[in-house]
Amino acid sequence: MEIAGKIAEFLFGKKPGRGMMLFGLTIVLIVLIMAIFAPWIAPYDPTQSSDDVFAPPSGEHLMGTNRLGQDMFSRIVWGSRIVLYVVFIATLISMAIGIPLGLVSGYYGGKTDRALSVVMDSIYAFPALILAIVIAVVLGPSPLNTAIAISFVYVPTYFRMVRGQTLSLKGQLFVEAAHAIGAKNREIMFKYILPNLAPTILVVFTLSVADAILTEAGLSFLGLSVTPPTPDWGYDLRVGQPFLLDGYWWLVFFPGVMIMLLAMAFALIGEALNERVSLGTR
Amino acid sequence: MARGLGQYILIRALMIIPTILILYTLVFFFLRILPGNPVMAVVGTKNIPPEQLEHLMEMAGLNKPLYVQYFDYLKGILHGDFGVTLAFPMGKPVWDYISQRFPATLELAIWAFTVSVLLGLITGVLGATKKGTKVDTSMRLYSIIAYTLFIPWFGMMLQYVFGIHLHWLPTSGRLDPGVDLHTITGLYVLDSILTGNWEALVSSIRHLILPALTLGIVLSGAYTRLVRNNMVDVLSQDFIRSYQARGVPDRKVLWYALKNAFIPVVTLMGLQFAILLGGAVLTETTFSWPGMGTFLVDRIDYRDYNAIQGAVIFFAFFVGVISLIVDIVYAILDPRVKY
Amino acid sequence: MLLEVKNLSIYYYTLTGVVKGAEGVSFSIDRGEWVTFVGESGSGKSTVAHAIMNIVPSPGRIVSGEVVFQDRDLLKLSKEELREIRGKEISMIFQDPMTSLDPLRKVGDQVIEVMTVHGIPEEEARERAKELLEKVNLPPDRLDYYPHQLSGGQRQRISIAMAMAFNPKLLIADEPTTALDVIVQDSIMDLIEALKAEGTSIYFVTHDISLAAERSDKIAVMYAGKLVEFGTVEQILENPLHPYTKALIEAVPDLWKEGKVRAIPGYPPDLRNPPSGCRFHPRCPLAKAGLCDAEEPEFEEVEKGHYVACHFPGGWRG
Repeated sequence: MEIAGKIAEFLFGKKPGRGMMLFGLTIVLIVLIMAIFAPWIAPYDPTQSSDDVFAPPSGEHLMGTNRLGQDMFSRIVWGSRIVLYVVFIATLISMAIGIPLGLVSGYYGGKTDRALSVVMDSIYAFPALILAIVIAVVLGPSPLNTAIAISFVYVPTYFRMVRGQTLSLKGQLFVEAAHAIGAKNREIMFKYILPNLAPTILVVFTLSVADAILTEAGLSFLGLSVTPPTPDWGYDLRVGQPFLLDGYWWLVFFPGVMIMLLAMAFALIGEALNERVSLGTR
Repeated sequence: MARGLGQYILIRALMIIPTILILYTLVFFFLRILPGNPVMAVVGTKNIPPEQLEHLMEMAGLNKPLYVQYFDYLKGILHGDFGVTLAFPMGKPVWDYISQRFPATLELAIWAFTVSVLLGLITGVLGATKKGTKVDTSMRLYSIIAYTLFIPWFGMMLQYVFGIHLHWLPTSGRLDPGVDLHTITGLYVLDSILTGNWEALVSSIRHLILPALTLGIVLSGAYTRLVRNNMVDVLSQDFIRSYQARGVPDRKVLWYALKNAFIPVVTLMGLQFAILLGGAVLTETTFSWPGMGTFLVDRIDYRDYNAIQGAVIFFAFFVGVISLIVDIVYAILDPRVKY
Repeated sequence: MLLEVKNLSIYYYTLTGVVKGAEGVSFSIDRGEWVTFVGESGSGKSTVAHAIMNIVPSPGRIVSGEVVFQDRDLLKLSKEELREIRGKEISMIFQDPMTSLDPLRKVGDQVIEVMTVHGIPEEEARERAKELLEKVNLPPDRLDYYPHQLSGGQRQRISIAMAMAFNPKLLIADEPTTALDVIVQDSIMDLIEALKAEGTSIYFVTHDISLAAERSDKIAVMYAGKLVEFGTVEQILENPLHPYTKALIEAVPDLWKEGKVRAIPGYPPDLRNPPSGCRFHPRCPLAKAGLCDAEEPEFEEVEKGHYVACHFPGGWRG
């Protein structure tokens, strides 16, 4: 209970960036609800075609319909599932690989560390989207494959951050004290160092989720994420573009707004967290 | 001093080689782990005579052991040979496409880069000099919103407003149909000026505006933030107060502060340029811009693995060259860098 | 009177509250006089120095007071009028020579700039820059160096050279020797003294009262944003009236005397929320409940030229 209170205080307490935090969390919550309760929220079957094509937004179709007469609002609601699924799987995988690698590499140092760092830095320096494209092409279009492609390009983000922090923490007094009382290396890494990294990891997590949302949208915009008729924001944007010339703006406006809002929500949360974390260490 | 700089550049150039090699290796093996082989991926399930398949495999250099292929391809690259296309039109050198498409991407990248740095500087300095005010907060929000704009969406909105609705600017391509331009560098604006072709100059600039703004604005967010934070940092330092105390006019002091704040921004530019190239793929697709990005996407639709490999490895080289340039600029700007 | 500071208050508007960096500070400096300001860090001595030049860093603001320099209130001047005085009639040297020069520009360009911004032609300024460097015992070729190529002492000499460009009426030296080795310290002090010999008044900031004693004419003691005692060196050292001044003097280690150095018990207060009444009362051995914690003592002249803000001036003598 006490921990829950502390977390609530940390998240919602009257500190700088409270507005950003609340706005971000609200959007994330709305999208989460959309994804979980999609069957109840969406008024139509998102893949069901109808004769009512290119209908502008109205009471009947909140966000209009597309060239197949599918209800755009329902597609947006169901599309949230794909984004959240892909992005969270991707981020979990990159954390699961990047964090332990960074920890071990930073802690032990040596040749392996140097080699690993060069590899990670190389990947980090390369355009993430292009690398993700290559992997997505090889694996073929499916949400899980997209997640794997994205996860690959964010491993270096975690690796670099954790490695750097581990390097600076390992010389500190509490680590030396742990050595002195005979703690094993593994214990020191995971019991002493890792918990100290938690706040920074949290910040990097939210920021990389924001980034991953845009990468996922990019991949599906290029047709590398899902196969039709699966509802997906990035893909709907691509399919809608040719009809922009005819003035059917709603085909692209709503999917794009959703991508931006969701990415922005995580970026705002990350900003607010970052401020709190750096306040705490000062 | 000059000799020292030459040496520094050489060392930096050598340090980039492992990066390019690692990326080459990664991409090469990624593209080899797919089930079947690249030729089958293109041909699909169609039944073709075995001797024709054999011929295709040979043409693609796929009939040799993997490690031989690895080194053969690497050797080829050094001579400008990036293999041949495997899909329609089959058997054409990938390099021909790259040399034709790359200038378009470079031109877009240069303009977008300029837009992003300028916008970042203006908004960042505004935020820093008005620190803690509403202006500062708005610049901060600008930075986050710009950063999280989805490029295709933002591009389409600009297309809709300025192209389709207002008819001010074209929404696709690099030149109006019917405008002739003799290309020298492949950078159309530069070529128009070099050949004195004013019609092409106007047309190429008009075509550049929307894509360059789209990409530039999205990329500017990161600069806004960095410039603002560096500027706040620099403005709090003693030498700024020291300048003021010596009676140096405020405008000059701001300029010196900006120069100091800009140094860390330069170090970020290499990374930002890589992100910009990723964004260029989306921008080019949105604006039917005939560059490397649309080439890549085009070849993906054909599952032309040789061309994909060539394009991506070329990107790796390009990123390497950019980071080298950034290193050199940094060394020239900052007298504290020892070389 | 060259400089008269009246009732000067500077607040810092930080995110966590308003820090009262200096409050109600009044004093004056005569022509050719060396006044040393002492006090712990955060006592406001540097803040006042910045305020005289009107260069208090953000988020600080001068909330009230006057800085009368040669019969003109500097705080009421236009930007341009103030700019003409800065660097020409009033010069300043900063504490950390590592950060007080622009790292991206050659020191020569910075020295020359002081003169060009005050209307001296480039060529003439270049010649004078060389002379200035000789004055501070640096070879003229140092003008072509970048700050990072010079030692801390050399950089501080450059700062002094810049301050000497116009024979200023007033030199503000904000802990100019704190960041330097003891041996270098002395030569820097000599340079400042040489400037004084030419008629320049000195506003000298230090936290080291023994450094203050040697060369100054007057001493001002600051505590928690308040000026608590002001007088000639003899008055302050031989007849301190504020218990804080007394404690400062006793905290100086004396090589010739046996016995322990007496540290001042307690900590300087949080200036977001300074103690009521006399700000020193929580650490003061003489503090009397109901008076010292309730009423702020006036800053009054108790003998000629000797001012103190205390309810019991010299009270430990019974």
